[in-house]
Amino acid sequence: MSINATLIGQMITFALLVWFTMKYIWPPLFDSLEERKKKIADGLAAAEKGQEEILLAEKKAKGVIKTAKEQSSEIVNLAQKRANDLIEESKDTAKQEGERLLVAAKAQIEQEIQQAKEGLRQEVADLALNAAAQILGAEIDKAKHQDIISKVSKQLG
Amino acid sequence: MATEAHATEGVTGYIIHHLTPLHVGEGFWTLNLDTLFFSAVLGGLFLWFFKTAADKATSGVPGLVQNFAEMLIEFVDNQVKDSFHGESKLIAPLALTIFCWVFMWNFMDLFPVDILPLIGSMMGIEYLRVVPSTDLNATFAMSISVFCLIIFYSIKIKGPWGFAKELMFQPFGPWLLPFNLLLKLVEEIAKPISLALRLFGNLYAGELIFILIALLPWYIQPVLSFPWAIFHILIITLQAFIFMVLTIVYLSMAHEHH
Repeated sequence: MSINATLIGQMITFALLVWFTMKYIWPPLFDSLEERKKKIADGLAAAEKGQEEILLAEKKAKGVIKTAKEQSSEIVNLAQKRANDLIEESKDTAKQEGERLLVAAKAQIEQEIQQAKEGLRQEVADLALNAAAQILGAEIDKAKHQDIISKVSKQLG
Repeated sequence: MATEAHATEGVTGYIIHHLTPLHVGEGFWTLNLDTLFFSAVLGGLFLWFFKTAADKATSGVPGLVQNFAEMLIEFVDNQVKDSFHGESKLIAPLALTIFCWVFMWNFMDLFPVDILPLIGSMMGIEYLRVVPSTDLNATFAMSISVFCLIIFYSIKIKGPWGFAKELMFQPFGPWLLPFNLLLKLVEEIAKPISLALRLFGNLYAGELIFILIALLPWYIQPVLSFPWAIFHILIITLQAFIFMVLTIVYLSMAHEHH
């Protein structure tokens, strides 16, 4: 049980072991541990952030849907209103058009009456002239007696 | 020592035979080949295992080997962080080496006491003491190395004068300088001695009890050796742990200013 040179040998072995551990074993294993810790922490943080983002997005989506609903109902209302307006407008236009047509027709009728009257007058004047010529037995110079003719025709009118 | 006179037969002869190391040389220049061999093999095993883990180390999903290595690394790192508050690249790897190496030394104690010497005798080796921690040389080699580190760091951190001041003027002030010096020297020297003797004593006693149990009739042996072995699983881990923790504590004391 005496202390002997084994002590020195053991010390050398020990020193070598510690040196090797310090140089080649501890750093890579410890680094990988630390790195994994960081990765996990990052992952957890990212997951939490993702969760928050989902909540936010859901909120946002709800808001968007709500606005869209509001907008669409507004649009429908507007369209309804516009359609009503259009119907009213077209009714008005139709009425006006009808009236206008009526007026035009009336005017045309009037005009045609006038034309007919004019034609008749002319014919009557010619007839009267012919009759007068025959009665007088002489020819009447149309150009000479123009004023008479027109006077007569006026009386006929 | 008495172990040199091993000619006796019977119970004493058996015990002495088991406690005699395989050695060459004379006087101080004796080498305990079994201690050197087994501790080197176990150290190599330790390095091989951890090197395998370190080579394959990834920050992704760890394999079985890496997992186990990382468990030990984390365990040692926690111990170091608990008692050592400073920056040191040495202390944690040192603690890991001490814990694993001492544990493996001690683990040799759990092999049946006769099996390795029997294999040895078949190969023509007369004496074989397989547990390195039952050799004072092994435990003292480690504790003296730790002691050297304590002195080295004391001087490095506090400076030669700071360390000398601590030796001379504490704990009782400059008027009791010789007394302080004596007290401090005893305190410092007690560290390696207690480290080495605690481990040695525990394992030597444990091994001795295994040898004594092995002397009993075969039908009694399991009844005693089984509980003792289970108890010993605790002892060997505890001794490795104590050696490691005390090393950390001593080195962190060396780092602190008073």
